[in-house]
Amino acid sequence: MTSQAPPAAPVQAVPPAAPRAAVRPPRWVVPVAGIVAAVAVYLAFRGAATLPHDDDAAPFRFVNDVRAWVDANRNQSPVFLFFVNYVRLFIGGLYDTFLLALQAPGWAGLIGIAAALGWLAGGWRIGLLSALGFASFGVLGLWEASVATLALVLTAVLLSLVIGLPLGIWAGHSPRLRRLLSPVLDVMQIMPTFAYLAPMVLFFQIGPASGAVATLIYSIPPAIRIAALAMEQVSPTAVEASVSLGATRRQTLFKVELPMARATLGLAVNQTIMMALSMVVIAALIAAPGLGSDIIRGLTRANVGLMLPAGIAIVIMAIVLDRMTMSAAARPPYPVTGGRARIGPRLRWAVAAVLVAAGLALGRVLPAEFPEEWVLRFAAPVNEAVNWAKFSWYGVTDAIRNLTTEVLLNPLQAVLTGAPWWLVTAVAIAVAWRTGGLRTAVVAAGCLSAVALIGLWQHTMETLTTVLVAVALTLLIGLLLGVAAARSPRFAAVQRPLLDAAQTMPAFVYLLPALALFGATRFTAIFASVIYAVPPVIRLVEDGIRNVSPAAVEAALSCGSTERQLLWKVRLPLARPAIRLAANQGIVMTLAMVVVGGLVGAGGLGYDVVSGFSQRTDFGMGFAAGVATVLLGILLDRITQGADRRPSPRTSDRTTTRKKRIA
Amino acid sequence: MTSPDGVAIEVRSLWKIFGPRAERVLGGPDAELDPGELRAKTGCVAAVRDVSFTVRPGEVFVVMGLSGSGKSTLVRCLTRLVEPTAGEIAISGEDVRAASPAQLRDLRRNRVSMVFQHFGLLPHRKVVDNVAYGLEVQGVPRRQRHERARAILSLVGLDGFAEARPDQLSGGMQQRVGLARALAADPEVLLFDEPFSALDPLIRRDMQAEVVRLHREVGKTMLFITHDLSEALKLGERIAIMRAGSIVQLGTPEELVGAPADDYVADFVRDVPRSEVLSLRWICRSPADDEHLDGPALPAGTIIRDAVPAAMESARPIRVVEGDELLGVVDRLDILTAMSGRAGTGS
Repeated sequence: MTSQAPPAAPVQAVPPAAPRAAVRPPRWVVPVAGIVAAVAVYLAFRGAATLPHDDDAAPFRFVNDVRAWVDANRNQSPVFLFFVNYVRLFIGGLYDTFLLALQAPGWAGLIGIAAALGWLAGGWRIGLLSALGFASFGVLGLWEASVATLALVLTAVLLSLVIGLPLGIWAGHSPRLRRLLSPVLDVMQIMPTFAYLAPMVLFFQIGPASGAVATLIYSIPPAIRIAALAMEQVSPTAVEASVSLGATRRQTLFKVELPMARATLGLAVNQTIMMALSMVVIAALIAAPGLGSDIIRGLTRANVGLMLPAGIAIVIMAIVLDRMTMSAAARPPYPVTGGRARIGPRLRWAVAAVLVAAGLALGRVLPAEFPEEWVLRFAAPVNEAVNWAKFSWYGVTDAIRNLTTEVLLNPLQAVLTGAPWWLVTAVAIAVAWRTGGLRTAVVAAGCLSAVALIGLWQHTMETLTTVLVAVALTLLIGLLLGVAAARSPRFAAVQRPLLDAAQTMPAFVYLLPALALFGATRFTAIFASVIYAVPPVIRLVEDGIRNVSPAAVEAALSCGSTERQLLWKVRLPLARPAIRLAANQGIVMTLAMVVVGGLVGAGGLGYDVVSGFSQRTDFGMGFAAGVATVLLGILLDRITQGADRRPSPRTSDRTTTRKKRIA
Repeated sequence: MTSPDGVAIEVRSLWKIFGPRAERVLGGPDAELDPGELRAKTGCVAAVRDVSFTVRPGEVFVVMGLSGSGKSTLVRCLTRLVEPTAGEIAISGEDVRAASPAQLRDLRRNRVSMVFQHFGLLPHRKVVDNVAYGLEVQGVPRRQRHERARAILSLVGLDGFAEARPDQLSGGMQQRVGLARALAADPEVLLFDEPFSALDPLIRRDMQAEVVRLHREVGKTMLFITHDLSEALKLGERIAIMRAGSIVQLGTPEELVGAPADDYVADFVRDVPRSEVLSLRWICRSPADDEHLDGPALPAGTIIRDAVPAAMESARPIRVVEGDELLGVVDRLDILTAMSGRAGTGS
């Protein structure tokens, strides 16, 4: 567009920077010079000033000492005695209550209740889905574990909502609170889940209480964010009209804002539940009860057969809870007049009551335990199948794995760990400066020097290598599929339900096929993180390209652009903010998954975190590794987000020119 | 209407400045700056600057201005939906700025209500519940408020739509619901914030007629905000023209068209057909020595166009009278000149 503008463009469309541009050197000179300089410095100083890993670094010992002190003083220090211990007892008690309440009706009764809730939320389809879903927990032989997981999820979600929704609603009304919360939530969301397990152990010991708190931390940001968003989306005129009629703030909140924000608040609940579900699995690392422990055991032993049923149960639970909350949120707030004859509210409740009663009655007749003969056991055949697949596809999988390892991973890792630490830091600062300006550069410098100080430089570089490779693959695949979907509605129609399904699944599930195909290696983590992070990237790219202003596309077409020119010169440049956001999301998600990959042989920081839980002497290292992952996350997030936020003079005047020309 | 001094709304030296430390701008030299400079220097925007006017009970008072002239802020200041920075507001003699939150709520509930450009209806409530909302927040029992809401709905011509949802209605009907909601509590004053700008031209005309009819039937004091000059001329008994937060001219439609205060107003009213707004008073001249003074006599307030039949019947100049006093004469040429739209030739 810019280059092909017709000569008759209006006078004011000439970019004001035009005379300066003639004096400035071409844009690529500075980055190329930077790269050349960095390579030269690397070649000159290779191997010098590296920071090799030391299992017994001073920071690790310090954390170990802190833990020893906490363990010794848990019942003396007033902080613990009067605050932390009570929180632990309260949350533990809440979990026990939920567990008891879920166990009380017996398995048949609980299935009946689930069916009734599904029926109330979304009619017979959802009711049936809930009943079958809950029954499948028994069939998979995981009834007890599933109920424990459900209780943990409910505990965490209840606390998240009780704290998060009011906070979010408040933030929706108060820009000041929003400004205050926003950076905190940012950090909470980019923090890889592994990172805050160690502090949980320190404060709340292992068990359901600390599992619930970890889950709470993970699942509360969407509750706050979406609730605030819901408040902002309420039509301001409706609120103003209510105030102008003399409603009190309370009346406006309850009669106007909350009813109008109902659907979005439903989404907040839904997202909170989904986040909680993926976290409860990881919380099994700190001895949270439920399905997670099977999955963790399967992962650490590379035993797919052991973790598959638990993985399936988690996915089913996610689907049931997702559909139930989504259809409850989507129900129209008032009876639809006309159309199909509707069932009156009284009949709806009657049917629900019948379902519950039927479940409870069946529970009387049937045995209290889920009958053993109805349980399907398939660990052995699955393991056989996995072995067969490993064996017969060995040639292909091994080739892929080795190629990536030899061509991408090893050289990159050699460079990052072999280069002097100050060179890596300098390059990171330069990149940060370029994408996000001074503030981002300062953040980058701070993060990397902190990593060096806490003694985890080498492992951080190893993890960074894996992340960079995984991100490159994720973006490549995501861009290709996203562009394809944006250009072909048919392709998008096929892809969309797959993406929907992929985004409902808890993160852990993706390690399953990766482990089955590639065994426990670094590449497994890369594979899992790519399939984990690709769906949102595809979606963001597709939406970004599709939402390019139709006027711009029309204008370009009327200038005689080919399809190709349209894509490269109009659609992709205009979709750049969305693509940058996709890169940012992709990086944050990839990092989270790569760290989790420490469980399946990815090494690096993830492995340090895991071994911190299993061996007491490594606790300090694990704790520090958690901190390092957070630092790495902040670094990568700021660099990519800076690129998104900063309205660089170049891009901004280019877009305004473009807008003017279109106008 | 019950006000002892016969003033429904009185606004004196009202200021609204948005931005940090707005109070500091006020009273200082910065307050005199023009909007661009003020913004550059202090980061503040003066949306309403030193505005004063009074509205008589039962009058339709129109505030007209282009977007960004501060008219919507002004109307919101009246019931403190937007908190004014300085100045005095009295509605029926009661000081609005000194009102406590409870008094303010009482004012909004019972005495002043507002119709909005984008309707502001509640999509999750039936039409009747939308109309009854104001009564609901006052705690009026359900049966009573529904009865009242239905009565108002038939007043605005929405019989039979009480059970519908707002989104099932057309734009014009939705605004009738907005109007009904404002009328439900039987307020003394109705504020209209560009109520018909979002509607199609034809529907807009219907709604304007509806407002004229309602004004005749219920006789409320109305303050009407618009950016549409023809709407202002059609509805307003008096019109205030706003520009950059200040009122540049306040007067009857005739005064605005006949004697614009400055170039801005003159530019605004240039395309108005003068013969349909101005009265004979504006074009009459002293009779020439040889003119016959036995032509038909018309009062000075007669609109020029309405004088055409008289001019056609008699070749003699029309005598323009005010009571018994002769103000001047108007002949056929004068009327034709006025109707052809050439300004400034009449006097």
